[in-house]
Amino acid sequence: MRETRKVSEQRKEEVFKQLRELGRDAYEAIEGGRFPEITLPSRSVKNIVYDEALRQFILGASSVKRSSHNVKHIRPYTQLLWLAFFSQQLVREKKTSTLRDVYYSAQAYNTEFADQDESDETITDLETALMKAREDFNIYPEERSSIFGNLTVEYTIPGYEGRRLDLTSHPDGVMIGPALTTAEFADTDAEMVIAIEKGGLFTRFIEENVHKKHKAILINTAGQPPRSTRYIIRRLNQELHLPVYVMADGDPWGCHIAMVIISGSANAAHLRELTTPDARWIGVWASDINKYKLPHDKLNELDVKRLYELQKDPRYEEKLWRDEIDCFLKYRKKAELEAFARYGLTYIVDKYLPDKLEWAKSH
Amino acid sequence: MAGERFCHRATFLSQRLAPLTSFYRNRDLAGFSNPSRALYSAVRELLENSLDSCELFSIQPEVYVRISSAPGEEDKPDPRRYALLIRDNGSGVDAEHIPRAFGRIFYGSKYKLRQARGMFGMGGTMAVLYGQITTNRPLEVVSSTDGVKAHDFLITIDIERNNPVILKHEVVDAKGWRGTQVRIELEGDYLRSANKIQDYFRESALVTPYADLTFVDPTGKLLAFRRGTEEMPEPPKETLPHPHGLDVEAVKRLIRGWKGGSMARFMVRNFHRVGDKIAKDFLSSSGFDPDADPRTLTNEELVKFTEALHAYEKFLPPDARCLSPLGEKIFTTGIVKELSPEFSAVAVRDPAAYSGYPFIVEVGLAYGSRAVPTGLRLLRFANRIPLLYDEGSDVSWKVINEEIDLKRYRVPTDSSLVIITHLCSTRIPYKTVGKEYIADRPEVERELRNGIREVLRRLQLYLSRKGTMERQVKRMSIYAKYIPMIARFSASLYGKKKSPSYSRLLGQVAGVEEGEE
Repeated sequence: MRETRKVSEQRKEEVFKQLRELGRDAYEAIEGGRFPEITLPSRSVKNIVYDEALRQFILGASSVKRSSHNVKHIRPYTQLLWLAFFSQQLVREKKTSTLRDVYYSAQAYNTEFADQDESDETITDLETALMKAREDFNIYPEERSSIFGNLTVEYTIPGYEGRRLDLTSHPDGVMIGPALTTAEFADTDAEMVIAIEKGGLFTRFIEENVHKKHKAILINTAGQPPRSTRYIIRRLNQELHLPVYVMADGDPWGCHIAMVIISGSANAAHLRELTTPDARWIGVWASDINKYKLPHDKLNELDVKRLYELQKDPRYEEKLWRDEIDCFLKYRKKAELEAFARYGLTYIVDKYLPDKLEWAKSH
Repeated sequence: MAGERFCHRATFLSQRLAPLTSFYRNRDLAGFSNPSRALYSAVRELLENSLDSCELFSIQPEVYVRISSAPGEEDKPDPRRYALLIRDNGSGVDAEHIPRAFGRIFYGSKYKLRQARGMFGMGGTMAVLYGQITTNRPLEVVSSTDGVKAHDFLITIDIERNNPVILKHEVVDAKGWRGTQVRIELEGDYLRSANKIQDYFRESALVTPYADLTFVDPTGKLLAFRRGTEEMPEPPKETLPHPHGLDVEAVKRLIRGWKGGSMARFMVRNFHRVGDKIAKDFLSSSGFDPDADPRTLTNEELVKFTEALHAYEKFLPPDARCLSPLGEKIFTTGIVKELSPEFSAVAVRDPAAYSGYPFIVEVGLAYGSRAVPTGLRLLRFANRIPLLYDEGSDVSWKVINEEIDLKRYRVPTDSSLVIITHLCSTRIPYKTVGKEYIADRPEVERELRNGIREVLRRLQLYLSRKGTMERQVKRMSIYAKYIPMIARFSASLYGKKKSPSYSRLLGQVAGVEEGEE
């Protein structure tokens, strides 16, 4: 475990350096009598392309320039530089901030944003400029998901440096917030990670000792997982070399939750290191609905429309995904994770999960 | 007052053609159709006479006008009897001329022409007559020509005989005042004419900024307009009539006054800008004997002669010395004084002529005046008379509505825009006897159009410069706000204590014109 301890710290140092360079470029331009400017990859839809090798969306070659010489750009440029300045302070002082905090903090510096959207957009600009997620410069969204399992982490945040926490110590799981995202992984005997879409099932898995039976770290994604959760999943996979399995509802939305964990989302195309390409989607598949004779609902129009979209999505080219989408469209059925309760509350843990893990090992 | 002009012109008047009775019958046409209009017309006619008489002698006018309830009428509802008093600082009228000047109406066309407010001077007399008819009260005239003695008259008019009857004549101490004061009583309706009368004063003040005008209304309200300049327009010179502007009757009258001599000589003596050479060329080409005496012409020949005058194209155009435009400076003073606009412009057009009558169009513009409501407003003047009625029928409105596209000049619609047209002519082409709106003569229309376009172009230029300035100031303030912040943030990011020096950047921005980036 030793070699992974400093990962988080190194990352912060790198971000700090990048921010400093951003400041240096502007500083030297002004000293040289030039208007500072910055060039960012364009995030327009036309410039988002799918990278086969990385198995995620990335930004293409076109770029946009923000110049302080242009009277229309000078305000957004200033806001971007302010955000860099603000983020550098956060990183230096090891403090965190929410998206909402950023919006309000700007007002103290006369760089106020017109609205939250403009503020968020500027944050995305800085992510694009640094090719780093906002969590790397200590800005977090409000939404939180949670983690539970036999993993001991060591905090790096001020006041908790060096303190450790066993992630089984709280039966509701531990919230994945800034402190956890930046914590180092100190000790574990886990052999896998299971990400679950819903809090109810997550709790059931804990109650049924899935973490012990399967030596699993359990993660509640609470719907579409936030970036910090995706980042944690990736770290567990990359740093601890744990296989990752994703369980979500048996509908197009559920399977896309799995896909975003694996291949990332289009609106984070400017970011790397949020994806876990080796994660496996283990259910609920369309074919499971018939196989397990699950109680089901009919697909509605929106579901069908979404499935046709997914058919065209380059991320869905693998056979497993194509077959399942076809199966959804053929039977027009969907089923939630909770549907297994028809066979008793523990059926999903006793029967379905082992079946799926068995499959995953052999495929 | 009217008297001065009457006296001045007395030598030119040939005949007492129309008795007062004919005016009595035609009072509607002269603006005395009802008590409200009559009160307005009486004020207007007497004020115009006073201003004309001052300007003719280059005296800076000081005119005081008061309308008060006639004795015993104070509590009665309108319409009722009012006393109208007007006092000026003109040259005064000789005592011997006063009764005839105010108490008798002369009718005739003038031989000579020049720009004046009233054409026949009969408006003032109409007011006097109207007063006598409606109240049966005499006219009171006090006048002094020397500031020492003043002659105080009480006069009534014998309508049947067209003769003044002097009820009283006293000589009193003028106490240094020279001028004329007239007081009449008349039936009027101030309630319904108050707005028009007050507008009339306001607009008169705009177009005569060298005059002190004071008006006290029956409620005791005082409107005082102080002069904004000592400068007055050059008084007009009298000129002979232009051959293109004569009708058969006018030619006849000229011949009646002709003491004898050839046709050619007659033309040179009586017509404007006609020399011996042109006269002879005209006469021979029109088939008249240049040496014949015009008095021998038959009626038919006179008609033919007049027609030929109109058809002949080689007469020189009338010159404009008989006109007295305000000029850019005085006009601007009036606009600024009365409207306090953000921007003003005046276009004085070159003299032009229609039907042998010279005219000059002056157009003023006041933009962004707080004194007037948002939107376009037109003020019309003819020979310095404000025209308040029948605006919609006036040629100026026609030009603005049909030929001017205000959007083209990028005038913001949420601001006030006043366009002021002033037509100066020896004969204003009024459409009706009421003298309230001007007919659309093509020549006049063209000058109005060009004048209005000229002032609007200047406004456009002003607005665009103002816009450029404002945009530049706004740009500068944006850079001035953000550049120091950028400097500060960059220094902090880079770990420097001091901000980089950005004065060079701000210097660059100040020099950058629009569209260069």
